[in-house]
Amino acid sequence: MRYDVAIIGGGVVGCAIARELSRYHLDVVLLERDAEVGFGTSKANSGIIHAGAHAKESTRMGPLEWAGNQRWGPLVEQLGIGFRRVGELVVAVEPEQIHTLEELLAQGLARGVPGLELWEPERIRQAEPNISEDILAALWAPTAGVINPYEATLLLAESAARNGVEVHTDREVLALDSDADATWTVKTAAQTYTARFVVNAAGLRSDHIAELAGVGDFKINPRKGEEYLLDKRVAGLVSRIIFPCPTPKTKGILVIPTVDGTIMVGPTAEDIDSKDDTATSEEGADKVFRSVQRLVPGISRKDVIASFAGLRAEPTTGDFIIGPTARKGFINAAGIKSPGLTSSPAIAAEIVDVLADEGLGLRLRDDFEPTLPHPARFATLSLHQKIQLAAADPTYARLVCRCEHITEAEVTDAIRRGSHTLDGVKFRTRAGMGRCQGGFCTWRVMELLAREQGIPVTEVTKRGGNSWVVRPRQDPVSEEVAS
Amino acid sequence: MTMTTQPRHLASYYDVLVVGGGPAGLAAALGARETGAERVLVVDRELEAGGILLQCIHSGFGLRYFREEITGPEYAERSLEQALESHVDVLSDAFVFDVTEDRTVAIMSPTVGVATTTAASVVLAMGARERTRGAIAIPGTRPAGVLTAGLAQKLVNLHGYLPGRRVAILGSGDIGLIMARRLTLEGIDVVGVFELMPHANGLSRNIVQCLDDFDIPLHLSTTVVDIVGHDRVEKVTVAPVDAHLTPQLDRSWDVACDTLLLSVGLIPENELSRQLGVRMDPLTNGPVVTSEMETSVPGVFAAGNVAHINDLADWVSEEALIAGRAAGRRATGQRVPADNIRVLPGRNVASVVPHSISTDRVHTLYLRVKEPMLEDSLIRLGDVHERKVRALVPAEMASIKAAPRLLEDFHGDALRIDAVPAQEVTT
Repeated sequence: MRYDVAIIGGGVVGCAIARELSRYHLDVVLLERDAEVGFGTSKANSGIIHAGAHAKESTRMGPLEWAGNQRWGPLVEQLGIGFRRVGELVVAVEPEQIHTLEELLAQGLARGVPGLELWEPERIRQAEPNISEDILAALWAPTAGVINPYEATLLLAESAARNGVEVHTDREVLALDSDADATWTVKTAAQTYTARFVVNAAGLRSDHIAELAGVGDFKINPRKGEEYLLDKRVAGLVSRIIFPCPTPKTKGILVIPTVDGTIMVGPTAEDIDSKDDTATSEEGADKVFRSVQRLVPGISRKDVIASFAGLRAEPTTGDFIIGPTARKGFINAAGIKSPGLTSSPAIAAEIVDVLADEGLGLRLRDDFEPTLPHPARFATLSLHQKIQLAAADPTYARLVCRCEHITEAEVTDAIRRGSHTLDGVKFRTRAGMGRCQGGFCTWRVMELLAREQGIPVTEVTKRGGNSWVVRPRQDPVSEEVAS
Repeated sequence: MTMTTQPRHLASYYDVLVVGGGPAGLAAALGARETGAERVLVVDRELEAGGILLQCIHSGFGLRYFREEITGPEYAERSLEQALESHVDVLSDAFVFDVTEDRTVAIMSPTVGVATTTAASVVLAMGARERTRGAIAIPGTRPAGVLTAGLAQKLVNLHGYLPGRRVAILGSGDIGLIMARRLTLEGIDVVGVFELMPHANGLSRNIVQCLDDFDIPLHLSTTVVDIVGHDRVEKVTVAPVDAHLTPQLDRSWDVACDTLLLSVGLIPENELSRQLGVRMDPLTNGPVVTSEMETSVPGVFAAGNVAHINDLADWVSEEALIAGRAAGRRATGQRVPADNIRVLPGRNVASVVPHSISTDRVHTLYLRVKEPMLEDSLIRLGDVHERKVRALVPAEMASIKAAPRLLEDFHGDALRIDAVPAQEVTT
């Protein structure tokens, strides 16, 4: 069959586009190279929905940042994405940085971002008693929030799929071609697809995809960001996102009160060569902690429970690359760097407009279902609710993850809704994300993955591909017989 | 070994409720019954009580407590038998997710659902968990194949699967050493054990029996500085460390492997204790406990690795008996004199448990040293008592007794425990 639209890339941008397109009578396929959506840049995102004041108005990013921020509000409600609008403080430690804060304030006010205020030290410390005494001023932006970026990505994909979009994982695009009547052929190892339109949302590899399409007029440079997640014990150290004063290259290293109530610090911003290099480093850790200790002195490396790194897709153009190209039917949603997560719902809306302009007929479906079922999260319920839930379904009374109190019912629900790797289950349920980092629950989750999918545990992987977890025991007797 | 009779219903009240059915929990329950506590319940989160012992299929257990050398599962079986014979109820496949100050205990289990009960005494016996990669912050990528030694042990011994084909081990804790031998016996290539410290962290007998006997190299003062691999571990980079434990990267080398096991220490499992708000000791990572193993929350006791990490299950059982008896006495209205002397860690002592004692009865104090003392040494209990020992290393717990006759002339309110070279004292 010929699809109307093939979206390449199942990060937050591709999934937001898929979900936006699922409102219409269209045949849409989303192709993701990894085993599950969101396993690339999106899963390692800092998880900030920016206030809307950061990006310059003259860029593509400026208006999309604020528009995206506003679109996330209803989306998180409909899809049940973990989100808290905690607000952000951009702080100045040098007198000359106060000027930058004033510029940000003016930019935000001009854009209509509500609630922006410049705070004096006294007000800052009243709100955030653990913040450094060296901070001279701060820009308070109540519209900023924190989100689970992997959850956002996979729930956008799930919503799209429930509304008819086909989501195909393990589909690395190998070749792209279009014929005379502008039908595109998209080749993957498993399958070849045809489509009228191709949307390039391939993130880090969007330059490669554009090149395959014959319009490779930009490059994407990976910019690494290391993040460090701290123990629950220090939850509450800050209640707002704390930003240092931004530089032209980066918004700096932040102190983030995550959706789940823990504290995360990062990211670094290091330009590197390899698009596969997601290694954390001693230097990165050192940089992060030295930097955030200037903002919040009580933060310590001793409290790290997990670290990870992601690669931002930094385009050579310095701005989002959104729109049609010289090849008819090939649309870019490329170079989506920060504030990409924030902007993604607005980027999706813009891509739909672009597709319409390019000749894709749009007819709204009257059976579009904007909401997803919100599965019960055992750990967040009251005792009474827990008792009732377990009475109705005993698998809600069987514990899988002891650190985060995740139950068998939640894990099987995640698997039935499409998670099929250990990381996938972890991102959907938090099983394995706590202090013991899966020491206790890994086997239980593996058994459930095997049972629900009817596969042996030896086929369960951490994140697809060659990421096997266990091997069968060698049987010395049969080996002897064989030799 | 299925002998647990699963209670179908949770009673609304227990004299003593024990959280955790490992050697600590089972011994605590037994201790509680000895004092006359009638209704004693052990809640265990696995399908079968016994704790980590069930996956420790090697021998070397029980010499002290059962006066005979047995395997981990045998130790667990005997502990469970003792508890069941003394009419302790054991509820398995059940998890305690909350304990309040008035000792209301919230339990979840597929057999009883989510339910609450109350207890006159609660014993916390959740054991320990292993330190993870995150806790020691090894740089590198995050492929499959990096796991704790205990998880590997569970995979191999309880479920019959192998964690990899070619294994490097970081840390010389006992579980790592045991697994080096176990995996070698399974036909897996164990390429070496790398230990950051200049001394091994496991028991000496395990170094000999698990590494030396199998020609597995132990690299002291060496650590993993990088993990490489996208989907699965492909190699690790190791480097020697200097006296400040700083890796010497110019002297690093690569070790090809598909698996990295971590045996870098145990941490008392105290999620529940923290939730409950008991006072914690940052040195042991466990609750501050009296000589009766009672925490700062009255009626809540701690037993085994929850209180402090032990080397031997036997010690866990002995100490848990004390905790269980105390919990039982409290539930049945029996009293013992309160503690009147605090115990403090002194020279080269990393931690001491319990944190206080009383002058009217005999106590055993358990301690760990900070630095190894390989010459003859003395453990000193203030100025009142000292004990000569041949050597003291951080990996091996030591003990000293305090008795009424020793404390007769002591009039202070705190005793310091020191570990000092014997030579220093005699000359």
